[in-house]
Amino acid sequence: MFAFYLSGTVLISALLFVNQRRRANYLLVAAFAVLQWVLIAHGFMHRGETELYGFFKTDALALLMLTTLGIVAVPAFYHSYVYFNDSEESPRKRGIFFMSMVILLAAVSGAYLSNHIAVTWVFVELTTLAASGLIYYHRDAAALEGTWKYVFVCSISITFVFIGILFLSIALQQVGYADLSFPALVQQAATLDVFWLRLSFIFIFTGFSAKMGLVPMYTAGIDAKDKAPSPAGALLSSVLMNMGFVGMFRFYQVIAGTAIQEWAGNVIFIAAGLSIFVAAVYMLKVQNIKRMLAYSSIEHMGLVMLGVAAGGVGYYAAVLHLILHAFAKSSMFFQMGQVFRIYRSKYISDTGNYFSYHLPGAAALLLAFFCVTAMPPSGLFVSEFLIFRSLFEGHHLLLLIAVLVLLTLIIWAFGKSLFRLLFTPPQHFDAAKAGRVSGYESLSQFFLLGLVIYLGFNPPALMVELIQDAVKNVPN
Amino acid sequence: MTSVLLITFAATLIYISIANRLLTYINILAFQGLLLFGVSFVELNEINIVNLVFILLETIVFKTFAVPLFLNYVIKKNRITRDAEPYLPNFFSLVIVTLIIVATFLISTSIDDPRLNKVYFVVALSALFTGLYLIMTRKKLITHVMGFLVIENGVFILSLAVGAEMPMLVNTGILLDLFVSVLLLGIFVNKIGDVLQTADVDQLQNLKD
Repeated sequence: MFAFYLSGTVLISALLFVNQRRRANYLLVAAFAVLQWVLIAHGFMHRGETELYGFFKTDALALLMLTTLGIVAVPAFYHSYVYFNDSEESPRKRGIFFMSMVILLAAVSGAYLSNHIAVTWVFVELTTLAASGLIYYHRDAAALEGTWKYVFVCSISITFVFIGILFLSIALQQVGYADLSFPALVQQAATLDVFWLRLSFIFIFTGFSAKMGLVPMYTAGIDAKDKAPSPAGALLSSVLMNMGFVGMFRFYQVIAGTAIQEWAGNVIFIAAGLSIFVAAVYMLKVQNIKRMLAYSSIEHMGLVMLGVAAGGVGYYAAVLHLILHAFAKSSMFFQMGQVFRIYRSKYISDTGNYFSYHLPGAAALLLAFFCVTAMPPSGLFVSEFLIFRSLFEGHHLLLLIAVLVLLTLIIWAFGKSLFRLLFTPPQHFDAAKAGRVSGYESLSQFFLLGLVIYLGFNPPALMVELIQDAVKNVPN
Repeated sequence: MTSVLLITFAATLIYISIANRLLTYINILAFQGLLLFGVSFVELNEINIVNLVFILLETIVFKTFAVPLFLNYVIKKNRITRDAEPYLPNFFSLVIVTLIIVATFLISTSIDDPRLNKVYFVVALSALFTGLYLIMTRKKLITHVMGFLVIENGVFILSLAVGAEMPMLVNTGILLDLFVSVLLLGIFVNKIGDVLQTADVDQLQNLKD
């Protein structure tokens, strides 16, 4: 099935590149959405099976993330459609945009499903290329700068991951193995030399931090999410970050069975804590709303990794947090696209009184704000609470207090900017020039935010079981 | 034999840290490609012929000729000034790169693995960190690309050290080389000059908070 999916993707993306008629583009994209959902459905029917010489496996983590991707992808396509209806862009740019998006989603799916660390690596590399096509969409100096930085930082990071894999293979050769598939690694973990494992972990962790958005390499993603059109930004800050987590977590499962687990946990604590700190510092001063959302994603990834490092209930909470964050953050990015069409600006100082210009959108944005900052109706409240509990139970009290202080700052900064957008009258804005946005475009956001609330408080039994299955390889 | 080549490679790292002109950088990169050809020729000639041809093509054709010529073309086309413009004086660069080599040497003494050739390890890690250092301390984008190429050379050496038993990984590494450097340079050569409409390429500093 996965071979069929990949060849279908190649065909669709090639056709998107060649055929630039509007209707043909939309039909092809719709065909890809169907293909994606067929892959997901097939995955659920053949759970736990390997495909293509054992390189791909539909395990629980992959299924969870794939479903998240499938749910986010449909509104992303819809909002791209709206985006192109609104702006008179050249067919060529549209074709390349959709092609990049299709390749990005397929590469991310491949990285989720990968059962072999080198295969993950190849697909992660592919996402860099595909994402650069999305970031460079506007073809101006700023987009070029964003793309250049993204490609450069991601290339270095992916080289780091490769070096990590080389060190890992040295460790494997010592015990006479050459199989780099994840189950084999988990099985062999305890026999591997800790010196090489340490080196390997440092490099792989640093490498994946570019995709996931954690401290050493987070910078690339910020410019990328700012410069890409908002439907693309939504994908970059949800499914792509999840991919970074999947790569990192699968390798962490290997580390978790060795003597260096505690050391690795400390490394993650430092990186995650610094991520939240950096997010707080920048959110206090950022004026561009999309960049603010990007920094907020950094904060959430920091929280997720805190859960992983703390262990216990933290693993479960981390995966739940990741899924819910993907829905909440992508809906916020979708909404940002409409904000931009009304005010023609991404800067907070140019906007205001959103409620009077676009009531459903403003309501969606307000709800999204509560969801993203993990206030009670939001499901993120549950996962964040569980992460704090795991920190508390792991006796990381000082860290917990520091994180809570930083989170307060983040909520304050976020709220200050967003309430200004929603309620304060704009200063230099001519109301007659306000763009028109249909209220129905906010439906998808309400749906995603509804999912955030529903899944947090009343998670379906299947989802709970899948998450527990996904984290079963890490010791409590 | 490989040790001599690798030690020469380490010496080129020191040289690149104090070079002033972009042309010198390009020549050093070409020379490094030649050295890598030597190392892989001595090391891998018992591996099957397809693999061998692949690696040799990559070092000689790609690293020694194509990339340096391409870099030259970029410099000419965008009329980039010849100076490397480091943020730090050359003397500090010399000291730091020497320290990098000494440090990796010290790390390598703590390894007791008979299967790993320590010279490879030292040179590979030195190249990696020297490349990062070049990226951090040079002003021009083109020197960032060169720093990245130095890192790639380091990775190439490292994969050779492991590669005798893992041809699959070596091939993946080569894929990385071709893919990323072509893409990076491609964007560079085609877009930056066109979009910015100016010969000055030090302008990509507007996106910040």
